Amino acid sequence: MQKIEVAVIGGGPAGLGAAIEAGKRGAKTWLFDENYLPGGQLFKQIHKFFGSKDHYAGVRGFKIGEMLLEQAQAAGVNLKLNSKVLGILEDGSIAVQENDTFKTYHSQTVVVATGAKENALVFPGWTLPGVMTAGAAQTFVNVHRVKPGRRALVVGSGNVGLILSYQLSQAGIQVAAVVEAQKTITGYDVHAGKVKRLGIPILTSHTVKKALGTSKVEQAVVVKLDENLTEIPGTEQVFDVDMLCLAVGLSPRNELIRQFKCRTIYLGHLGGKVPVHNLFMETSRANVFVAGDVAGVEEASTALEEGRVAGIAAAARLGYLGQDEAQSIIEEYWQHLNSLRSGQKIRLEAKKTILREGVQGE
Amino acid sequence: MRIDQHPILGGAKPSVKVKITVDGVEIEALEGEPIAAALLANNIKIFRYTDKFKEPRSIYCGIGQCTDCKMIVDGVPNVKTCVTPVRAGMVIQTQQGRGSNAEN
Repeated sequence: MQKIEVAVIGGGPAGLGAAIEAGKRGAKTWLFDENYLPGGQLFKQIHKFFGSKDHYAGVRGFKIGEMLLEQAQAAGVNLKLNSKVLGILEDGSIAVQENDTFKTYHSQTVVVATGAKENALVFPGWTLPGVMTAGAAQTFVNVHRVKPGRRALVVGSGNVGLILSYQLSQAGIQVAAVVEAQKTITGYDVHAGKVKRLGIPILTSHTVKKALGTSKVEQAVVVKLDENLTEIPGTEQVFDVDMLCLAVGLSPRNELIRQFKCRTIYLGHLGGKVPVHNLFMETSRANVFVAGDVAGVEEASTALEEGRVAGIAAAARLGYLGQDEAQSIIEEYWQHLNSLRSGQKIRLEAKKTILREGVQGE
Repeated sequence: MRIDQHPILGGAKPSVKVKITVDGVEIEALEGEPIAAALLANNIKIFRYTDKFKEPRSIYCGIGQCTDCKMIVDGVPNVKTCVTPVRAGMVIQTQQGRGSNAEN
């Protein structure tokens, strides 16, 4: 069995951050990703990131992805693509499916950075070709450079829905409208402003009632909602669209966390069940660390910083740097993290709850 | 429909054009792009029909998680076309049900 020191699961911003920090301090670090391309969802982010200069503010997501891949290579990280981590075995080793073969690895530390999955929304016609997640639309348009349709309806006015709407426009796909069940737009004003300036209506207190079409989406029926989110009869509007994009939130991809028997708590503001952890991103299971959306759905910038913390902590556990040194670096990262979360008070509080629980749970 | 000009991403990526066959018809694809991307670029939107109700399906998640986009590729059923790269000469078939290609 192959013996390694740090096994990072997931090659998005969190996993790359962890692998870079552990690898550059000398730890034998392997990064497993089930996809054939690394970077997670960074390469579909073609907009500029926010934050301060320390957080790549003003740099487009895919450029950050390219920089991180270079840093991982320089740090000597062994990048294992097409490698899906299936779970942990009784002896503590991890089982990995690599193409059509199965392998086991014994790793002294593990960083789980599996990210999040997009929520679904079920309505009549939702299985028709043309209905897809916001992430799918971004992937095809921004990464593969193919238009899945000509005219779209976007469901959800969070940042994902808003960013998708202007990215579709940039690619030459018309956006008929953005619909939002809540009374107000749920994403940032700066993104909403861009959408509005393009002349795309954002219909709050509206949702999609059904998708119509014989073999693919031809029309979407939108309906107004009252204060109890109940449909108001007679308010239906029909949009001629061949794409219907669902941007209705994300949930932590926590299957491995649960299988690793890490203690979890439910925090709705972070997307669902999240593992408790301490300042070092270590879970209730010793030597298992977490980072990024799996530890609470936020943004790529926070995922990257959390990943760096987990990587430094894993390297310290292995003796590649002193515990005191690690602690002071990590405390600095937490200041960055808290400043990134300063505009998201509810999320900041939820993350504090995790830390409190993480300390108590030890 | 391909996006050859993009205000942020610029011109088309350098790529090698190859031919693949979809339900007996030859189409142009780019080597290494997901099969699903090649199909959408050629305006092919129905990838399979479900087993029980024979309903059409296409891409849904686009990143290899949901399996809605599975097709028969070089005789092998249930291949996730959104994460399977194109190679020259691939033979793709619309999948019926669970992937017996008797009907194809």
